[in-house]
Amino acid sequence: MAKTATYTVKEGNLPASLASLLKSVLEKEEVGALLIPQHLPMQPMVMPMLVTDPERLEGADPLAPAFPMNAAKLVSKISRKPIGATVAAVLRPCEIRAFVELVKLKQARTEDLVLIGIDCLGAFKNTDYIRFAQDGGRDSTLRFLKGALAGETSFPDGIRLTTACSACEHPVAEGADIQIGLLGMDIDRQILLTAGTEKGTALLDTLGLPKADEPKARKEAVEALVSARTAYRDRMFDETRKATESLEGLTRYLAGCVNCYNCRVACPVCYCRECVFVTDVFDHEPYQYLRWAERKGAIKMPTDTVFYHITRMAHMSTACVGCGQCSNACPNDIPLAELFRMTAQRTQAAFEYEAGRNLEEAPPLSVFREQEFLEVTGGKN
Amino acid sequence: MEDFEPTIIAFVCNWCTYTAADLAGTSRLTYPPNVRLIRVMCTGMVDPKYVIKALLEGADAVLISGCHPGDCHYINGNFKARRRVKLLKEILPQFGFAEERVKLTWIGASDGIQFAETIRQMVDTIKAIGPNTAKTQMVI
Repeated sequence: MAKTATYTVKEGNLPASLASLLKSVLEKEEVGALLIPQHLPMQPMVMPMLVTDPERLEGADPLAPAFPMNAAKLVSKISRKPIGATVAAVLRPCEIRAFVELVKLKQARTEDLVLIGIDCLGAFKNTDYIRFAQDGGRDSTLRFLKGALAGETSFPDGIRLTTACSACEHPVAEGADIQIGLLGMDIDRQILLTAGTEKGTALLDTLGLPKADEPKARKEAVEALVSARTAYRDRMFDETRKATESLEGLTRYLAGCVNCYNCRVACPVCYCRECVFVTDVFDHEPYQYLRWAERKGAIKMPTDTVFYHITRMAHMSTACVGCGQCSNACPNDIPLAELFRMTAQRTQAAFEYEAGRNLEEAPPLSVFREQEFLEVTGGKN
Repeated sequence: MEDFEPTIIAFVCNWCTYTAADLAGTSRLTYPPNVRLIRVMCTGMVDPKYVIKALLEGADAVLISGCHPGDCHYINGNFKARRRVKLLKEILPQFGFAEERVKLTWIGASDGIQFAETIRQMVDTIKAIGPNTAKTQMVI
């Protein structure tokens, strides 16, 4: 059912060739707009843009190692009601998986969308990307691709892939309508396009690309990358577990938190429309603070920092896709992605759930069965 | 440690366990005075936040208790509570809270004796594992 084709890379310049491929997608009558990471004209930063004019794709660069936000939230904005055209969204695998979670939470729809997912080699922190891309847009992307495909995780000037990306075992966009494959391909010559759904097949057909089989090297390259990342992930879990295995450890881990709630804003699956931590519930009376201080002798202000983080885990850990935007957004460099992913690994396993895997599995806290988890009440129903 | 008296916060549902606690009282049953009952309409309304906050404020344990499966006044609130408690039992032990500090039980309206016994057992269990460190250390 899956249909594969190849696309020829011109002049050994994949970022530029990919941009022209995507331009030809937008030129199709069937596609009204592209949501795509694109260089801003005024800064060496890459941001998602909604583009309707093919001529305005000059800065398109979805392969840049810039990941300013998880675009699943943006896809949610443009898909929650009919938009009036088909939008092709070019996304990272973790963005697609977060989007799947949002669809299940009824905060996004798959209608009017074609998801184009690209093999993900990871990204840098926002501030690191700006340093990396100083010498200009797509040239730096090509430099990154060459290094990353050769297995590099660190780059000049002490710039490294984020921890979340290094620990991500989902480099391939399984849920996409069309996957663009780089791993195991000679990216100086050609890349692979695979349609995973009917929608994807229909669009791929219109592009008129030569059919091809998936090269054997691709499967091997994907497996090798996944196993390296899984090993990294498990080491990360061990270290984080050791650091936070007591309440004292957890409070030390979170000591730099200033309750800015950026991690929640950046989180694509923190689904509450209004977070309880900014409602009246936490608008305490002044005398209450005094009373709490008197009871304990001293309280840290603002209060409820650990409470906030554990509550967030209770809310979003079963939907966490490990995109790492929480860490990216933290002004005090608290390694939050490590902490949330460690918790997510455990809670998702407990409910035999994997965030973003498919649209059919219900979010664990939205359903129940009459006969389950009997051990919670001592083996009795 | 010998004179450690645990504080247990209990969220009990109006229809079953609160009534059972009432029955225990009117039947003049005795049980340790370590438990602070909070009556809620259904265990299905016990937000995980209530449990997390209680433990971070230094409660030694939290009990959630409601109607037996099939008896929920609101049809299935207790099944929802069970998933939430399962979730908390995965999250909290990672950070050093012993799993026994969160407990879910089903105690029907006529089970006054079982209510008293549950509290006795829980107090013994918590005395054995000791006080919650959130009581003595600074929690930010």
